[in-house]
Amino acid sequence: MSKGHTPSTETRRPDRAALVIAVFLAALGGLIFWDASRLASMGGYSGIGPATIPFVIAGGLLILAVWTVFEALRGDFPARDRQQFGPVVWIVGGLAAQMLLLKILGFSIATGLLFAATAAAFGKRKLWMTIPIGIALCLAVWLVFAGLLQLSLPAGPLEHLFW
Amino acid sequence: MNTFDFLLQGLLVAAQPMNLLYALIGVTLGTAVGVLPGIGPALTVALLLPVTYKLDPGGSLIMFAGIYYGGMYGGSTTSILLNTPGESSSIVTALEGNKMARAGRGGPALATAAIGSFVAGLIATVALAFIAPFVVKLALVFGPREYFALMVLAFVTVSSAFGDSTLRGLTSLFIGFALAIIGIDQLTGQTRMSFGVPDLLDGIEVTTLAVAMFAIGESLYIAAQGDLGPDKVEAVKGSVWMNRQDWARSWKAWLRGTAIGFPIGAMPAGGAEIGTFLSYATEKRLTKHPEEFGNGAIEGVAGPEAANNASAAGTLVPLLTLGLPTTATAAIMLAGFQQYGLQPGPLLFATNPQLVWGLIASLLIANFMLLVLNLPLVGLWVKLLTIPKPWLYAGILLFATLGTIGANPSVFELGMLLAFGVLGYVMRIFGYPIAPVVVGLILGPLAEQQLRRALSISQGDVTVLFTSPVAAVLLVIAAAALIIPLILRARGRGEVLAQLAASED
Repeated sequence: MSKGHTPSTETRRPDRAALVIAVFLAALGGLIFWDASRLASMGGYSGIGPATIPFVIAGGLLILAVWTVFEALRGDFPARDRQQFGPVVWIVGGLAAQMLLLKILGFSIATGLLFAATAAAFGKRKLWMTIPIGIALCLAVWLVFAGLLQLSLPAGPLEHLFW
Repeated sequence: MNTFDFLLQGLLVAAQPMNLLYALIGVTLGTAVGVLPGIGPALTVALLLPVTYKLDPGGSLIMFAGIYYGGMYGGSTTSILLNTPGESSSIVTALEGNKMARAGRGGPALATAAIGSFVAGLIATVALAFIAPFVVKLALVFGPREYFALMVLAFVTVSSAFGDSTLRGLTSLFIGFALAIIGIDQLTGQTRMSFGVPDLLDGIEVTTLAVAMFAIGESLYIAAQGDLGPDKVEAVKGSVWMNRQDWARSWKAWLRGTAIGFPIGAMPAGGAEIGTFLSYATEKRLTKHPEEFGNGAIEGVAGPEAANNASAAGTLVPLLTLGLPTTATAAIMLAGFQQYGLQPGPLLFATNPQLVWGLIASLLIANFMLLVLNLPLVGLWVKLLTIPKPWLYAGILLFATLGTIGANPSVFELGMLLAFGVLGYVMRIFGYPIAPVVVGLILGPLAEQQLRRALSISQGDVTVLFTSPVAAVLLVIAAAALIIPLILRARGRGEVLAQLAASED
């Protein structure tokens, strides 16, 4: 930890990431406030309407944002582990690929890609092996859940071969 | 005829060979699907509802009862082993149970959950039969302001009992609240926070949020630790059975959990979650081993798991006697009744006592079957932990998305799953607790509804919230639960910070 501006051992550097969280909370509160102000006139005879609780929540979020700023400046947030972003990109990419390809290629291929991407995030990078395994497994899952249990899982070219 | 005669008659119905077979199929399917990651009792029941279509009403409802209880057992197994509860009521089990599993004590955690579920299920089902009318009368005395006060208490205990910071707990809770107001306002039909997006009109699915934050957020977090993280999921060492100390620490927690869970489940508000959270808070307060809480305390599994199952039976009180579903699972069960044109309520007890009492009796039988099915098979579930990490997490994400796609196969829903997964990951990095988000999302709208109802009755007079003795006492307790930890943390802060600074050098 770098030297603080006072000699006390309690002093730590202001936490930039925590300040970003405070901004996010304030923005969320502002968004709710803005959305609820459309409905503000609908109080009814009790003065309590659909906007009342959103206003309370928005106010709460703003207070929490200020509180977060204080804790960030005091350095009260706990220490964080170093994050490796490669694996995160793999998983997020896998989920995004599944989301975009689900309707076109069907459940098995889209989810098989997610399966392989997740395995890659955890170190199994042999995609020529993991993608077929993933697709085969997802096809089996599809046959059980969509076939036997009649869950509505999107079918693609592969599923149409079987069903 | 008194309750006892009715229950005996119900047992005769449930003990018919075909009905026993239906119950066995129900508990087996329920456990098998419920144990899958990301699939909790609600989704289990929803998935297996079509299986029962072909049967007569009696057999169908008996199988359904088996699925319901089986899903509860299976769900707790998943939470302990994989930290991916599909249903909000298993969150607390995941908190301590998963920590126990990571510490190599997954076996005792599973055993205490299974036996606790059995004990609680047994007591609570008998209680359902015998004191349901009384509990309903008691619950009906509660007005909107008492419910609101009860929910405020739950909010506070959940957000300040978890984690090490009041600020981060409350922040999580308010993020949950913010998500909860998305959609159509239940009282006026106005859209809120949906910005003209049709997919947002129905609001955020609780299961989507819970699966995203727990399954995906956790997977991301574990993956991001890279080589610095633990190499593999800890396999269970030693016995899967509980030792003498485990029993000694568990049995009181089971009974307390049952005593907490059943009345709360029976009240026509909230769901199994409040009971599990209150049970967790109680065990945390009463334990002789407070240092273990957060690191895998067995009471923290035994109590909430018993409360969970007792709540599940308690939920049937308003469902059967009033036709009022208080959980997602209960709502799906209501759909199960309606497919036969049956409307649960006081009338059903009068017009079709055989069906109602057969259902209640088959819950008792299903409970016995589950104990026999689960305890010897605990070792089988424990084996799930030895699956290598890449395959385990690939499988978790497969089933997590399967649940979401199955519930709503839309690109938008998957997008929300991804977004909440990333949110859960970021919150994990910064030490924000996850449970309050989910609790805020589930209970937020209910609390709002009760508050607005109370204030409508009083024509906007806020003081009415404090003039009911029950509500006032609950709110005072809630305020104390918020303020006392704040003061304690403020006092202990200097030492804690000094320790932090020291450990960083």
